[in-house]
Amino acid sequence: MEHDFEPKIVAFVCTWCTYAGADLAGTSRMQYPSNVRVLKFPCTGRIDPVFILRAFQKGTDGVLVSGCHPGDCHYMAGNFHARRRFAAFRQLLEFIGVDLNRLQFSWVSAAEGGKWVEVVTELTERVRAMGPMVEFKELEMEEHWSGKLDSPELKEAYQNI
Amino acid sequence: MSRIGVFVCHCGENISRTVDVERVAAYAAQLPGVAYATDYKYMCSDPGQNLLKKAVAEHQLTGIVVAACSPRMHEKTFRKAAQAAGLNPFMCDMANIREHCSWVHENRDEATAKASDIVRLMVERVKRGKVLEPITVPVTKRSLVIGGGIAGIQAALDIADAGHQVVLVEREPSIGGHMAQLSETFPTLDCSQCIMTPKMVDAANHPNITLYSWSEIESIDGYIGNFSVTIRRKARSVDEDKCTGCGVCMAKCPQKKIPNVFDRNLGLRTAIYVPFPQAVPNTPVIDREHCLKFKTGKCGLCAKACGPQAIDFEQQDQLVTEPVGAIVVATGFDLYSIDRKPEGSSIEGYGEFGYGTIPDVIDGLTFERLASASGPTGGKILRPSDGKEPKQVVFIQCVGSRAREKGISYCSKICCMYTAKHTMLYHHKVHDGRAYVFYMDARTPGKCYDEFWRRAVEEEEAVYIRGMVSRLYQRGDKVVVMGSDTLVGVQVEIEADLVVLATAVQAQPNADSLAQKLGISYDKYNFYSEAHAKLRPVECATAGIYLAGACQGPKDIPDTVSQASAAAAKVMTLFAKDQLEREPIVARVNERNCVGCFACRKVCPYGAIEEKEIRDRQGNLIRTVAHVNPGVCGGCGTCQATCPSKSVELDGYTDEQIVAMIEAL
Repeated sequence: MEHDFEPKIVAFVCTWCTYAGADLAGTSRMQYPSNVRVLKFPCTGRIDPVFILRAFQKGTDGVLVSGCHPGDCHYMAGNFHARRRFAAFRQLLEFIGVDLNRLQFSWVSAAEGGKWVEVVTELTERVRAMGPMVEFKELEMEEHWSGKLDSPELKEAYQNI
Repeated sequence: MSRIGVFVCHCGENISRTVDVERVAAYAAQLPGVAYATDYKYMCSDPGQNLLKKAVAEHQLTGIVVAACSPRMHEKTFRKAAQAAGLNPFMCDMANIREHCSWVHENRDEATAKASDIVRLMVERVKRGKVLEPITVPVTKRSLVIGGGIAGIQAALDIADAGHQVVLVEREPSIGGHMAQLSETFPTLDCSQCIMTPKMVDAANHPNITLYSWSEIESIDGYIGNFSVTIRRKARSVDEDKCTGCGVCMAKCPQKKIPNVFDRNLGLRTAIYVPFPQAVPNTPVIDREHCLKFKTGKCGLCAKACGPQAIDFEQQDQLVTEPVGAIVVATGFDLYSIDRKPEGSSIEGYGEFGYGTIPDVIDGLTFERLASASGPTGGKILRPSDGKEPKQVVFIQCVGSRAREKGISYCSKICCMYTAKHTMLYHHKVHDGRAYVFYMDARTPGKCYDEFWRRAVEEEEAVYIRGMVSRLYQRGDKVVVMGSDTLVGVQVEIEADLVVLATAVQAQPNADSLAQKLGISYDKYNFYSEAHAKLRPVECATAGIYLAGACQGPKDIPDTVSQASAAAAKVMTLFAKDQLEREPIVARVNERNCVGCFACRKVCPYGAIEEKEIRDRQGNLIRTVAHVNPGVCGGCGTCQATCPSKSVELDGYTDEQIVAMIEAL
């Protein structure tokens, strides 16, 4: 099927659960949209929120972060630390103007090939409907506001102080 | 300057069918830093690996990206090949274009574009890779075996016979597991007790085996070669060193009418009890829930009767810690219950079979106890409701198994064979009785298995009806079985005296919580997952932990024993070395940047963060920084994502590598 817009999706996954779950989807020959690019981490605990920001800045339209179910972490608690971190990070992201529908967190175990397919398909379709991510581009343009300090009006006002 | 080699695999046709591999290789050759790129039909084969080694020498490659299957499949293979070619193995990475690409996308253009992207990302990663040296750690040559059924006993005996210490932990008062409950075993009909109890005694008496019965795993720390296991020894209320197993206490106990779980609640036991007469160890346990001394404070008859004064009402649970290098998980299975849906379970009960309310509807394991010479009826087939000998017995197979609507889609594997065995045992004991079997398919692969099943049908007069039962209900003292014979196309109604359900084999109810303690993965039915379905069937993905028996999936006794011995062989392979090489994926602190806030220590699940003092030449303390103990670090990287000053870095997953990949998206 042809679409007008193919979103760029990146998935940050842990190697033990979700990466293996995505492998299982492959071994089971399930089908899902090809938009996703997978980056493997030892654990969701290793994922620095900066990576998500960076991905959005680089023009990614949707980000998925997925690891082991609570209690199943190979490193005991990495996914709990990740959950806490991202709960706070989401608020920050919303504050700077990113639509949180572009960011998905999920738990996909090594046995859940089907769930991987569901999560990826759902995120891809949702982001496709939302259109390209432009928030950061707008922000980048606004960043040049500092250039406005050089305006003649401001200069004049400064000299009159 | 990086000189990366990219090797794109066709995987026969598995990748090349949907991915244009030549195009991916041609694209890769254009990437900055790539000195050589090629494609080949089977990269993992001998000629494929030689091609790779030759290219490293010819093109002076500094790193390798193999675009092929999942790293979970062949990363080790290619890292070994890289090492043989003179590269650091950690300068070799895999781009997963099979499981994550060719197998999941049909459109050739899309799949080829995605494969090219994946290769580009991995090239960026390898370009920034660091040479890492393996870390060697000592191996504790002692093994833990969890579960004292036939799987655990076999594994423990094999490891112990090889000269290594084994700690065998069993949750119940006695080892033996489900096999000790069986009457006779297919396909030879030899008595289960006769082949099981000698092994139980061997395990208990073996000089290299420490047996903790009535004990459970409290917690597990550490990693391959160096686990530390805390075991909860539940209060037995009987001193094991003093008890002689004379059994006077049980004779004196006034609480005599407690259903015995070992006999599937058909027989009765006392409050101080051994589950069955051949129990190993033959040391009783006081069931504190039913004991009068614990309930009312009065009684204590057992203590008065006990010659060696082994009864200790004050005994408390004890925690013991054992260092081990390897763990064999052999926790076995449980049976599906047709009762109403248990809380928290995903399994529906069987309303059409009365949700387990009809007393003469029993499961296969209960029938084993009825048929067992040491069972509650002394081996006579007598039905539970009135103790009469049943003249018509209906066996129903696939109860819960292969029933997606009830929540289980797998085959339980053992039921076809044990139901055939049940019809024979019944026929041998009740000559004028008739056995009917409702079945969906008779699945009898295995040595001498189909012959055995045919014998049940052709010589032992079992009536096999192909079809399922729609309803069971009581009429007078009979159980009416309504079903259909799908081969003849008629409805069947049988007035049975006893109905035996071949209920599905399930994981143990708390299998998930043990898996979480061990850090191993499990499937949606809570069976433990092996590292690879075909090539690593006894190892967990977590190094140093091995699987044996039905905790991994339904299995009969020969398969269980084979797997247990295989797991033992894996443990012995591990113990053959004094030092173990482990992946150098560990965190490292940049001491110049570290401000000593120790946020990393709070999140480290391994306690690997230590304090290190930085002193000047005069010995004055300048500051205290974090230091990672590489032997203890598990390599999760949570510290790195937590560090506010970015002073700790996980080798193999550095910020530089990851950010480079994100930039290349």
